[in-house]
Amino acid sequence: MDITKNSRTGLAITEIIMLLVALLFLVPFYFLFVNSVKSFGDLLTNAASLPKSIEWGNYARAFEITKFPTAFINSFVITVVSNVLLVLVSAMAAYRMVRQNTAFNRILFVIFVAAMVVPFQSIMIPLVKVTSTVGLMNSIPGLVVCYLGFGIPMSVFLLHGFVKSIPLEIEEAATVDGTNTYGVFFRIVLPLMKPMLVTVFILNALWIWNDYLLPSLMLQSPELRTIPIATFAFFGQYTKQWDLALPALVMGVLPIIIFFLMMQKYIIEGITQGAVKG
Amino acid sequence: MHHKRTSQWTQQLVFVGPALIFFALIIVVPFILGLYYSFTDWNGVSGEVAWVGLDNYKQILTNDTVFRDSFWFTTKFTVLGVILTNVLGFTLAYFLTKKLKSRNFLRTVFFMPNVIGGLLLGFIWQFIFVKGFAAIGDVTGIPFFNLPWLGTENTAFWAIVIVFVWQTAGYLMVIYISSLNNVPKDILEAAEIDGASRGQVLRSIIIPLIMPAATVCLFLAISWSFKMFDLNLSLTKGGPFGSTESVAMNIYNEAFSKNRYGLGTAKAIIFFIIVAVITTLQVKLTKSKEVEA
Repeated sequence: MDITKNSRTGLAITEIIMLLVALLFLVPFYFLFVNSVKSFGDLLTNAASLPKSIEWGNYARAFEITKFPTAFINSFVITVVSNVLLVLVSAMAAYRMVRQNTAFNRILFVIFVAAMVVPFQSIMIPLVKVTSTVGLMNSIPGLVVCYLGFGIPMSVFLLHGFVKSIPLEIEEAATVDGTNTYGVFFRIVLPLMKPMLVTVFILNALWIWNDYLLPSLMLQSPELRTIPIATFAFFGQYTKQWDLALPALVMGVLPIIIFFLMMQKYIIEGITQGAVKG
Repeated sequence: MHHKRTSQWTQQLVFVGPALIFFALIIVVPFILGLYYSFTDWNGVSGEVAWVGLDNYKQILTNDTVFRDSFWFTTKFTVLGVILTNVLGFTLAYFLTKKLKSRNFLRTVFFMPNVIGGLLLGFIWQFIFVKGFAAIGDVTGIPFFNLPWLGTENTAFWAIVIVFVWQTAGYLMVIYISSLNNVPKDILEAAEIDGASRGQVLRSIIIPLIMPAATVCLFLAISWSFKMFDLNLSLTKGGPFGSTESVAMNIYNEAFSKNRYGLGTAKAIIFFIIVAVITTLQVKLTKSKEVEA
């Protein structure tokens, strides 16, 4: 009786401490949102206080300068198209590599896994040369091809482990019923892989959406800018103009925060599954 | 029979072909080209590429003080970053596996910084260090907040560490939580009945059993902090006076600002070897400490 009471107080104290730590974690967001609606003067006098008046005009101007809709659509298209293709291509390769365990496929799998430790910086310099030689520079399809290349090792690795857990009997039954290999894969295996496909999709989506370096090397035209690129360009031009910069940053982080809050359950699950496999 | 073999070939081509082509074009070919360029004086623009043998490597290892400084910065940052993110990530996970009412809310809050990209986080924190901290300092009078956060070499280093820990601890927390949830309840109960203290349970039971998670978390933290670029670029740009220039940024500058692609690729190869060796050693080491329940 005494022990349970004791542990209940302990739990309450833990809860209060954790909520305080959480508050500390949220302070940067407070600064960001509160100051994004202040006038420049108000912002300079006291960045910690609540705004004297709310200036939505900051947002309107930042929206125009960063050409937010274009950047948003570019980021969105690049993330979705890269991911759909990545998931499809990786699932097909992983399936074949598990079911046809030839020497070639085994070696290929080892190479894929080994490639995961190669840092991007180690290949980016010649990558610029290769992509411009084959005409992939300064185009969204070109960037998508790059994301396919970089995403394949990790995606194949995760899906490879998952395919192994799918019982072969289901596929054999379908083959007996006269379904060919492609039919078996697209109509039976692919739907069964859905939980892992979602995981791979989400892990890659977060990375591709936030990526700065690769698009900065690949995309030169202003109309092709993604959100990170547009934000960086904006900061180069409007140094210390915080009344415009903060709204631009809010608009930059809002889509991904909304995505996170909606998909939270899958994101957390995805990270857990990804970590177990990795 | 012949028909069957052709269809096997076609199937291999259809299923594995696309992945292989993209992988080869984007990773294998640049990697091999990089190896080649690291032995040349290529400037990235001209078609003339002269073979210089080991000259680039010699120069980097013997008289490139900027590279040495960036390497030293990255090492210090990695050591601190890895320790702090893992300690904080594990501590948060340890308390969040208790029956707290606000558990789900807390998990969301601690994880949230991680979904925002490093580039935007760096800019957000630039504002907080310059204006936000100063404002808190004015109100509270605590000297900590009135430091010239991005202005001196020492404080700028800590500024990057703070942001990195804030950004990544939540990710590691998620992995530690799932591992802590898998620690068998009966072992914990048995230890409690035997009169083990909380500290003893943590040291002798929980930590050995979550070593697989620690292997993953250490691996992630090492590779993230060693490869740091975006955060570095937007928060300090390597300043003041190049004191916070990471290796990744040094490679970038060598190639794309100074147009010394040959030297840059040699640095990139050295960087790859170091990352590969350190992470392999770490995984081997922590894996040997893993136990079964």
